[in-house]
Amino acid sequence: MVRDEVKKFILEKFLFNCSDQLDDDMSLIETNTVDSVGMLEIVSFIENNFKIKVEDEELTAENLDSINRIARFIERKLEAQAK
Amino acid sequence: MRNNEYMKEFSCDLLRLDCERETARLTAFISEAVGRRLRKQGAVVGISGGIDSSVTAALCVRALGAEKVLGLLMPEKDSHPDTLKLSRLVGESLGIKTIYRDLTPVLNGLGFYDEMTACIQQIIPEYSSGWKWKISASDIRNERLFTFFWLVVQSPQGEIVKKRLPADSLLQIIALSNFKQRTRKMLEYHYADRFNYAVAGTSNLLESDQGFFVKLGDGAGDFKPIAHLYKTQIYQLGKYLGLPEAITERKPTADIHPLSQGQDEFFFGLPYEQLDACLYGEKNGIPAESVARAIGLEADRVSLIYRQLAHRRLINEYLSLPPLYPER
Repeated sequence: MVRDEVKKFILEKFLFNCSDQLDDDMSLIETNTVDSVGMLEIVSFIENNFKIKVEDEELTAENLDSINRIARFIERKLEAQAK
Repeated sequence: MRNNEYMKEFSCDLLRLDCERETARLTAFISEAVGRRLRKQGAVVGISGGIDSSVTAALCVRALGAEKVLGLLMPEKDSHPDTLKLSRLVGESLGIKTIYRDLTPVLNGLGFYDEMTACIQQIIPEYSSGWKWKISASDIRNERLFTFFWLVVQSPQGEIVKKRLPADSLLQIIALSNFKQRTRKMLEYHYADRFNYAVAGTSNLLESDQGFFVKLGDGAGDFKPIAHLYKTQIYQLGKYLGLPEAITERKPTADIHPLSQGQDEFFFGLPYEQLDACLYGEKNGIPAESVARAIGLEADRVSLIYRQLAHRRLINEYLSLPPLYPER
């Protein structure tokens, strides 16, 4: 599942696998889990792992600021690409 | 309660400094810090030609005497042409000894220029010698509290190419750029060792508070006489201390990248007068509406800036921490 892959990446990259510190709906920015560079690392992960091009205007909290939001964003993009 | 509310009203007068009193306080601090606490015989100041380092040097001269202050002029080949001219002017106006060290050969030896060119060419292959480049940050909005960055290059003919920076390239560019500030600080400590002097840090309050500095680079120093002052206050002190108008009337510039940056690319796109007001308001618990009224911005925008200031302070806290030990 997309969400599991996203969660695994974020846990490994930013939380040293401490899963008790991460909720799927938790804001990554407001909880200071991820800073601006970290957000760009998530974008690189999405682009490289799912072969998706993320546009500048798509770099919003709505698309990227929790595990569930990222997973939904990737799924929307994959669906759009498949059409 | 009404009294407290009244006290929470912002006015730009709150940032007005009693320059005579502050100068007396800071010169006493510098004398005490350098002579008694650090037990050094003078101070080294890296002079960039900007207001912060110029005021720091001027305060050191008042505190220690011109003969005990050494100014280092350390441009490199991408520095703005005014950098050396203005830093020389500061040294001459203060009557201090200055040493000129061109950083270019040191940075060249570190592989800075070649690696930076290769890094830029990975993103924009047409970039080559004679072109200029800079990093440009996105603005902040309510719908996006993080920043992303573009690499902007300009050909000799003036053509502009702009690409968003992936995380890895951004980190590489930051790491390479930090060579400049760390090399400067290395030279400052070299001359401090050579003359048994202390190194003056030149960070202002915004930089110090927000972590806008390079750890062990421009953030380092043995004493930091202006780290509590807002930029507008440093300009006030600069005029009081009699620094040349070319310094006190000059707009702030980062002078880090070869392609010059506009005011709109610094710190939330705000002139420093407005930014000082926001920082003061945020640090002192003044409602955003009050600051917004005083500086002519929307209250929502000031609230957003408050959030960003608090966020960056927290994210960058590690820059100001001493090393962590399991036991001491």
